Amino acid sequence: MKKTYINGVGCISTQKTFDTVFLEEAVYNQKDTVFTLVKPEYKEYVSPAASRRMAKGVKNGIVASALAMKDSNTEKVDAIITGTGMGCIEDSDRFLKNILDNNEEFLTPTSFIQSTHNTVGAQIALLMQCKGYNFTYVNGVVSFESALLDAKLQIEEEEASSILVGGIDENTDYTMSLYKLAGFVKNDQETPFDVLKETSTGVVYGEGASFFVLENERKESTYAQILDVEIINSLEENEVETEILAFLKTNNLQISDIDAVVLGFNGDAHFDSYYKNLARNTFAQTPQLYYKHLSGEFNTASAFGLWIASKVIQTQEIPNIIKVNSVEKPAYNTILLYNQYKGKNHSFTLLSK
Amino acid sequence: MEALKEELKNKIITTLNLEDITLEDIHDNDPLFGDGLGLDSIDALELIVILDKDYGIKLVDPKEGKTIFQSIETMAAYIQANRTK
Repeated sequence: MKKTYINGVGCISTQKTFDTVFLEEAVYNQKDTVFTLVKPEYKEYVSPAASRRMAKGVKNGIVASALAMKDSNTEKVDAIITGTGMGCIEDSDRFLKNILDNNEEFLTPTSFIQSTHNTVGAQIALLMQCKGYNFTYVNGVVSFESALLDAKLQIEEEEASSILVGGIDENTDYTMSLYKLAGFVKNDQETPFDVLKETSTGVVYGEGASFFVLENERKESTYAQILDVEIINSLEENEVETEILAFLKTNNLQISDIDAVVLGFNGDAHFDSYYKNLARNTFAQTPQLYYKHLSGEFNTASAFGLWIASKVIQTQEIPNIIKVNSVEKPAYNTILLYNQYKGKNHSFTLLSK
Repeated sequence: MEALKEELKNKIITTLNLEDITLEDIHDNDPLFGDGLGLDSIDALELIVILDKDYGIKLVDPKEGKTIFQSIETMAAYIQANRTK
């Protein structure tokens, strides 16, 4: 059975995560309830003629995937697998609004073409001329982990030797206005936000695209090996520790073997207790990291978390801005990521150097 | 007629997301497809919808499009002669 290595990463996010090393320019925005993306120079990656029919999620996906390919020094992959919770929602909004505004008449193809969830994977494949397996997972907050798990299984089973995997989501004014009405987004009046100390419900939203080149061999560019990925739909707070112990045991590891744990704190007081319990008890002696105060919450924010974990293993450094506690380890070789949203869709990802 | 041409140019830029194109870049007699503005078949569908939605013109014979959508000049002339709104 082949092993799976992260050999290249690319990230476009609400932080300057391109043309930088590792969050040296990161800013903790505690005022806004919705973060917007730091845009790269799209023209360097896609021609204006092609980009005019691309939603922003598509453009971000193309840039992030190009960065990952360049980082891994790879020109071709055998497969492209993406995860997205909401797809190209901006064009979905536009298409649906057109239907309503025009009484179901005069529908044009452009917004429809751009609005499908698999547009990102398809456009990347077209640009790379990759005619292999191309799949998009739309599974809420485990969309990215579903893609990652598929890729890992394909590499292990030798169905593919190199796979481009990514998580992409974009936010829009209309969707955010609905989320605000539904109470998913924090109240603007409650600033400044502090993800680790929040007592209110709702979260600060974000968007982004993170891509990874996974291959079946270690290279000079290797960040980490993906040891395991697990997805569980429902877990009670008191079941998480047992689940983690069992997950680690399957990989012949225990809590003390974990050099850092990346937790998906998002500032929702109702559900961050899942993480707080772990932080106070199970991982009290382990360096703890968080990232959604930088990326915002969105369905594939955990891909940003994987980008963080990969960078920590590569650089062997943890920037202060992502530290939850002050515990340190001499080396960061084994990292566990845990994420959930509203107590559902739990994912565990295990990396080792 | 000049106002209609300018209106069409604006509609084309907005509807077809021609981000880097300005009104001045589109000359009245430049071909819209191929070597000129470089529009394609999906854009042609968008133009047909503009005719229908904004000027009340339904193209019955798709072959007509080739002549009508040659340039801003031909498009404006056709709209002026056939518009119902």
